[in-house]
Amino acid sequence: MNDMTNIDRRNFLKVSAAASGGLMLGFHIPAVNAAATKDSEINAWVVVNSDDSVLIRVAHSEMGQGSMTALAQLVAEELDCDWANVRTEFVDPRLNITRNKVYGGMATVGSRAIRSSHEYVRKAGASARMMLVSAAAQGWKVSAAECTAKAGVITHAASKRTTKYGAVAEAAAKQKPPADVTLKDPATWTIAGQPKMRLDMKDKVTGKAAYAIDINLPGMQYAAIAQCPVFGGKLVSFDATAIKKFKGVTSVVALENAVAVVANSYWTAQRAVRALPIQWDDMGNGKVSSATIADFLSEGLAKPEVPVARNDGDVAKAMTGAAKVVSAEYRVPYLSHAAMEPMNCTVRFNADGLEVWAPTQNAEAILGAAARASGLDPLKITVHLTYSGGGFGRRGGAAKGDYVDQAVLIAKEVGTPVKLIWSREEDIQHDFYRPISSAKMTAALGADGMPVAWNTRIAGHTILASANPSAIKNNMDVGFLVLFADNVYDVPNIKVDYAMSNTHVPVGYWRSVNHSQNAYFRECFVDEMALAAKQDPYEYRRKLLAKQPKHLAVLDACAKKAEWGKPLPAGQFRGIAQIDGYGSYVAAVAEISLKADGTPKVHRVVTAVDCGYVVNPDTVRAQLEGATAWALTAALYDQITLKDGRVEQGNFDRYRIMLMSEMPKVEVVLVPSGGFWGGIGEPGAPPVAPAVINAMLAATGKPIRSLPIIKREIGV
Amino acid sequence: MITLNINGKDHAVDADPGMPLLWVLREIVGLTGTKFGCGIAQCGACTVQVNGVAQRSCVTPVSTVANAKITTIEGLSENGDTPVQAAWVAQQVPQCGYCQSGMIMAVDALLKAKAKPTDAEIEAAITNICRCGTYARVRDAIHSITQA
Repeated sequence: MNDMTNIDRRNFLKVSAAASGGLMLGFHIPAVNAAATKDSEINAWVVVNSDDSVLIRVAHSEMGQGSMTALAQLVAEELDCDWANVRTEFVDPRLNITRNKVYGGMATVGSRAIRSSHEYVRKAGASARMMLVSAAAQGWKVSAAECTAKAGVITHAASKRTTKYGAVAEAAAKQKPPADVTLKDPATWTIAGQPKMRLDMKDKVTGKAAYAIDINLPGMQYAAIAQCPVFGGKLVSFDATAIKKFKGVTSVVALENAVAVVANSYWTAQRAVRALPIQWDDMGNGKVSSATIADFLSEGLAKPEVPVARNDGDVAKAMTGAAKVVSAEYRVPYLSHAAMEPMNCTVRFNADGLEVWAPTQNAEAILGAAARASGLDPLKITVHLTYSGGGFGRRGGAAKGDYVDQAVLIAKEVGTPVKLIWSREEDIQHDFYRPISSAKMTAALGADGMPVAWNTRIAGHTILASANPSAIKNNMDVGFLVLFADNVYDVPNIKVDYAMSNTHVPVGYWRSVNHSQNAYFRECFVDEMALAAKQDPYEYRRKLLAKQPKHLAVLDACAKKAEWGKPLPAGQFRGIAQIDGYGSYVAAVAEISLKADGTPKVHRVVTAVDCGYVVNPDTVRAQLEGATAWALTAALYDQITLKDGRVEQGNFDRYRIMLMSEMPKVEVVLVPSGGFWGGIGEPGAPPVAPAVINAMLAATGKPIRSLPIIKREIGV
Repeated sequence: MITLNINGKDHAVDADPGMPLLWVLREIVGLTGTKFGCGIAQCGACTVQVNGVAQRSCVTPVSTVANAKITTIEGLSENGDTPVQAAWVAQQVPQCGYCQSGMIMAVDALLKAKAKPTDAEIEAAITNICRCGTYARVRDAIHSITQA
């Protein structure tokens, strides 16, 4: 319990004090004697208060993954402060401009918060420690080299003198930063590497944690929105007279592809926008359906020649005369993120700029979007960072026309502060979806049952089509072919090619991105090969990974914990899978039984991970547990389908999220080998679905070649 | 005007009788710990207690709770130290945390109604959605109370 501080309440008070009109916040203000203390900024990351409390700035977003705490641990470790005195503050992205990008990239995507910033945040901590020690040494007129620091106390052993960080902070802030710092050997860590309690924990069990959607401003109005149901479509007209009966509606705002109703309550705005008659132009996309998209992918799989990403040896030659050929075609659907905090954005224009609150994984993107939509200089825009109620890739950017642009345009038009909230239906029907994809794989097995050749054709919708079209060169996106183009399995002849198949549907980065579908394709196909070879799928993988010690170690650790090979109760079956991704190595074993209708009940999932260095073992475990639920929900239940160019699902009744009753027992094995910094938010997810489906293959001998496992009729 | 008893205190609110309690709490009373997640009583992020019973406030017209005792996450305890909140901290349950107010209110109501529910009763009662997938820890946290 000692590890907790009410970080974000204090953090939010700073926001409150900075906001010109004052905020109405749903929590009490603690009695603090602010006048008695003095803040000294030692460097951009570290502020030491005269009462010995330490404020560590965090430039990455916290949307549940725990990196706010882990990043603070890394700074505190090198700073050698007392962890009990640490609090954090999110960086205002404007500071990153005025301070010449001292905070590095703020985008919190790709499981990169720690692996992209560990070096400079640790150096900031170490540099601040040296400046504090140097200031103390100067005061004592001794050499800094004779002084030591531990838990916020500086000691000069020879003269038996000690002082605290708070006492020398003001002098330390005036020290010249050291030219070079030496970072600690992670083996000596005492704050990092430990399962410290999350700094956001207390506020998240009391309702005090502040999310963007919680902001209340004086004079604020609420906006609800209806966006063109067909992607790419435009607004033609609407009949505002039809919603005159809704008392409290003040404006109807037309946007290029949406209409917003502004009212004195969200409930009123939402009911009114639903009742508003709107004419849309579908811009020619109104006939697209899941069936036409499926046919489009089939055409891609059947094309004779498409761009080649990898061509080892001679696949065609090796295929001829092979002892056995295994062939299969796999498919996955579009998927929605469905973060629990719906998309929302609050905007207030002030005398010479504006303020914006929005859940995000990328504060700089919010700043950019607000500048774009308002036409204002970014330096006149304040982005208030809060916790984000999930992200999962949906909030990694701020696309033109997305929620931030909308809120800015609406607030500009109505002239009061406005909070825009998307309904859950708008969220699910206007996402940037995990792409649809399909794979046709053929493998030739030698006399020993091991593959001698492996041909993979992927046909699917590249994320670059939405995220960065100019990055598509020669109709190729190697990222879409991850786990195939860089397949580590030891097969002498490998060919991988890609039939880019882009539709009008917006696509985006969905937790574990292209690893999510490709792990399913590849790892289930490996089990099909093992089945054809009549070999145990774990032992089969061990042979294919003989030259990959890191993958093998994780696979073995997982199999050992799961007691692979030990008989299970009657009716239960195991499956296994492994991947590398985001700089880490992960394996999973699932234990399932089949219900009467043939669908699986997942009893237990064991996952093992090597992420190199572990900064907080408890949050690593939490991420692997959560990734298991993420993967199971998608594998079991979910698909975004289209009819008449529009998404058929709209809320959690049709886009099902698994519940606690369906959550298996999850056991996480950490096998960190050190020497590298792997990501952790995403790589836990990809091996889970294939492990479950491979367990089903073990049960029935029949592969599951398309997801979700449980196909549901639309409209029920 | 409708008078609501929220967390032991009376609030006179000027709201349409049909307005869901969720929006009255968030926008009129200023208690934002109760969250909007779906609006159709599917996810439970909006769960509050009405006379001690868990209820999804996004589909609860405010007029129906005018004479009830309403408890929100803010009113559960002064210091966030009820057995459920303490178990949540000990097990480090929340990730993004957005669903956890509702999750805690639902679990608290369950355990007040029945101190030692069976696993089947727990699973039937706790149907809140957590997109971060904290379910394993939610279950462990409940068990740390019921099996103590």
